[in-house]
Amino acid sequence: MAIKKFVVGCFDDEAVLFPAVKKVRSAGYKIHDIYTPMPIHGLDKAMGLRDTSLHTAGFIYGITGTTTALSGIGYVFTYDWPINFGGKPHFSLPAWIPITFELTVLFSAVGMVLTFCYLCQMAPFVKKHHFHPRATDDLFVMVIECTSKTNDAEVVGFLKSIGAIETKIENAETGWWLGRYDKDTQPFEQNETALA
Amino acid sequence: MALLKYESQVRPALVDGDKSYHQITEDIVRPIETNPGKLWYVGFIISLALLGFGIFSITREVIYGTGQWNLNKTIGWGWDITNFVWWIGIGHAGTLISAILLLFRQGWRTGVNRAAEAMTIFAVICAGQFPIWHMGRVWLAFFVLPYPNTRGVLWPNFNSALLWDVFAISTYFTVSLLFWYCGLLPDLATIRDRAKLKWRKMFYGVASFGWSGSTKHWQRHEALSLVLAGLSTPLVLSVHTIVSFDFATSVVPGWHTTIFPPYFVAGAVFSGFAMVQSLLIITRKVLHLEEYITLEHIDVMNKIIVLTGSIVGCAYLTELFIAWYGQNKFEGWAFLQNRVNLTSPLGWSYYIMMGCNVISPQIFWFRKLRRNITVTFFMSVIVNIGMWFERFVIIVTSVYRDYLPSSWSTYYTPSVYELGFYLGTFGLFFTCYFLFAKFFPVIAVAEIKHILKKSGENYKEKMDEAEKETPEEFAHEFEHAH
Repeated sequence: MAIKKFVVGCFDDEAVLFPAVKKVRSAGYKIHDIYTPMPIHGLDKAMGLRDTSLHTAGFIYGITGTTTALSGIGYVFTYDWPINFGGKPHFSLPAWIPITFELTVLFSAVGMVLTFCYLCQMAPFVKKHHFHPRATDDLFVMVIECTSKTNDAEVVGFLKSIGAIETKIENAETGWWLGRYDKDTQPFEQNETALA
Repeated sequence: MALLKYESQVRPALVDGDKSYHQITEDIVRPIETNPGKLWYVGFIISLALLGFGIFSITREVIYGTGQWNLNKTIGWGWDITNFVWWIGIGHAGTLISAILLLFRQGWRTGVNRAAEAMTIFAVICAGQFPIWHMGRVWLAFFVLPYPNTRGVLWPNFNSALLWDVFAISTYFTVSLLFWYCGLLPDLATIRDRAKLKWRKMFYGVASFGWSGSTKHWQRHEALSLVLAGLSTPLVLSVHTIVSFDFATSVVPGWHTTIFPPYFVAGAVFSGFAMVQSLLIITRKVLHLEEYITLEHIDVMNKIIVLTGSIVGCAYLTELFIAWYGQNKFEGWAFLQNRVNLTSPLGWSYYIMMGCNVISPQIFWFRKLRRNITVTFFMSVIVNIGMWFERFVIIVTSVYRDYLPSSWSTYYTPSVYELGFYLGTFGLFFTCYFLFAKFFPVIAVAEIKHILKKSGENYKEKMDEAEKETPEEFAHEFEHAH
């Protein structure tokens, strides 16, 4: 992946961060990301991120589990090896409910976690660029992506004026290892002059 | 930021002291970054010793067979299955705290969920040992799994409650582990970013999967937690329900009872919370986390203990009533003779169960006792003794004197290897817990930070002025926060 130039601004209070996000967006700067030590409700909306579809994926994995269990047990007990348990029907759905339920949950949970890791590009031994070590401690780190036209000093000044307690300019490769999902970043990837 | 002021002053603070985000990190990560005290080493060595004794006992069992245990003609399930149900019951509190209380938006869960989930996972590992080693030829344990095999294709019986158990427990273990680990990722990243030592940076770097704290990742993380909580809620109820089916779908008097599923689930929550209390009272003291696991947390959990204890008591009485009212001779025998009759050989165990589970927790109706740490710790041990006896009563007193008096067994006491196996699981459990307390944050750092400005003591004090605004102002601000 390409190395790009970023301006980093650190905030130490959500009450300052929220208006700052609004100002940065209305000033027309492109927020690459905001790194926070804990989930901040409403920040995704404030940044204009769309809702995640992870729930939908979970649902699809869930019904896959349901289908697997029902068709698997059905195949075994009505076709492959029907056994007579005290004259009860071979297709004894009520007795299959527990396993069907468990497999629904299992498929959904495992599938969702794997999807989560894939979407966030997270796995053991993955090295990512971290803009600020305190982003996982007590700072809200706003990272603004620069283009060829961006005046770094101006952005730094702007961030300071809206309450950033610490600012820096960094060239970084934000690194994905399995393709992209974020269409917003494409124009900058194609723009060679954006590279530092 | 109307949301931050949303919590009422009536609610007590959940994080005591003058805390900042950084202070929270410091406090919770400190035990990981410093050498453990003498107590840790002593506890860890005792746990390892117990584990060693367990391994020795199990090795004998593998070599010589289940004859090493004092199971006999009518008591095919004795201590082993008692211990299994006991451990799996303990393993219910963690997911209950993390899933059901998340859905109910209970802020206090953040102080205790991490340790409780870890406890759940270790308890389920311990529970799993019993049915596995009870198989005797443990090297054939994989026969329980349905896969296209060379045995003609011989499938397991999907209509059997014992196979449901295999699925329920393995699913429960997997989902609990995933839930727990996903919650740990941000906290492991916190430790990684603070680490000075090379091995620590590497270890937590690998373990945190490269977590960065990106807003998009948090958004997905929240969605994942919520859906996993939604899935775990029926799952946690299903697991002990299915364990109770092991008994309820049989035709043994004393087991063949339709009340079992809710009764087992309530009992599981009851014993699970007791174990959480036992562990956390020690953990908070040793790791100096009194400001995060406060008296408030202990109080709330004691309320759950008295509630579930009373549900369990209600179930006991219902069982007795039905045994009398149902007028079934065999059921009446199992309950009114084998259990309630104090002069019957194992009658005493029924009264230990009643005393520990139903009568003694009633002291928690008093606020003063709920908030007394010594009393709580003592009671949490009593409850777990009681819950162990509940399973013993259900399992052993139902089978030791059944239909045919000539096969009534001799008095059942465990052999030293049976006892050793049980102690061994304690060793396993505490070994895991000690390692967890040393290498992982015992409190969810990010989640505490998340509630700090709502429920932190210092922030609640500052809230007074803000709360004076009119409802209209509040509504206006609330609307614009979104």
